[in-house]
Amino acid sequence: MSTETSSQEILEREFLLVRAKILEIAASLDRIGRAPGDAAQDGRLELLQTAIEKLLEENPKQNSERAKQIQLLFSRPYDKQWKTTLELTR
Amino acid sequence: MYYIDPHIHMVSRTTDDYETLAKMGCVAMSEPAFWAGYDRGSVDGFRDYFEQLTSFEPKRAADYGIQHFTWLCINAKEAENVELSREVIAMIPEFLDRPGVLGIGEIGLNKNTRNEATVFLEHLDLAMKTNEQILIHTPHLEDKFQGTRMILDMLIGDSRIDRTRVLVDHVEEHTISMVLDEGFWAGMTLYPVSKCTPARAVDMIERFGPERLLVNSAGDWGPSKPTAVPDLILEMRRRGHSEKAIRRVVYDNPIEFFSQSRGFVFDAPE
Repeated sequence: MSTETSSQEILEREFLLVRAKILEIAASLDRIGRAPGDAAQDGRLELLQTAIEKLLEENPKQNSERAKQIQLLFSRPYDKQWKTTLELTR
Repeated sequence: MYYIDPHIHMVSRTTDDYETLAKMGCVAMSEPAFWAGYDRGSVDGFRDYFEQLTSFEPKRAADYGIQHFTWLCINAKEAENVELSREVIAMIPEFLDRPGVLGIGEIGLNKNTRNEATVFLEHLDLAMKTNEQILIHTPHLEDKFQGTRMILDMLIGDSRIDRTRVLVDHVEEHTISMVLDEGFWAGMTLYPVSKCTPARAVDMIERFGPERLLVNSAGDWGPSKPTAVPDLILEMRRRGHSEKAIRRVVYDNPIEFFSQSRGFVFDAPE
């Protein structure tokens, strides 16, 4: 179910919005960097960095799946044996 | 355009919101039972809450021309207390035949624990015994993928379940296919931060088609926007989708899904 909008038209429509979102991320990372303390040791910062790198991956198969890939990056893994692990009797 | 919000917690919203929603074209809404913002202490707390959902909220909605429907359960967060959950589940049948009650919901998982899964399964038993539709909450953020897989395992493992009568809500990019591929309905919740934006929801409608898809605002205690469905309508128009296509998602689909409940007596606007 799509309309006939071209990628150029979508870029035209969304460029400023994406630019604003990137600036928000940049400002947040600057804020963290300027503040005292050692957030660099917090695994979540590394996770954010990995997520940002994913945006730039040149994988044609995944290029339209960035949102899904990043969702999975931030997700707890699924354990097929969860019923046994949790000792669920049913 | 008339629309129906299939998942919104009006107990957490002021009456001004009903007025705003009515002005924006909302003609009906469905309100699942959820967490009060604190853990209730007894089954009577839930009895009072169900009274509010089945008596007071429909009257408050009707003052603005909105038809209000509801679902009953003990939510996933409070399901960690199995003893209380069993008392609530035993009490739910007192309300199932009240006007406007659509079924059992929003049941699900929160942190994906054994107790939550146990109570989820016992809700399914009740739903099957009284032939109810089911509305399911999938967990937030990092728990969503794991929890959705676990929920689907439990649903698929139960041959009594009619998948076309089950709505798995709060799907996002990494969970939508697994829900649709298994034949369930999928709901997308339009939250500004912790769930899906209107733009991302429209992306998913475009990629997967409108069949068995619903969108909702899940207006809530926390940061949420009860007018999120009109935001999606605007986004779809902005992208050039026809009024018919938009109406399919925000009006026809909720009617199609809810029409499977004996409690859905809907007066369609002319």
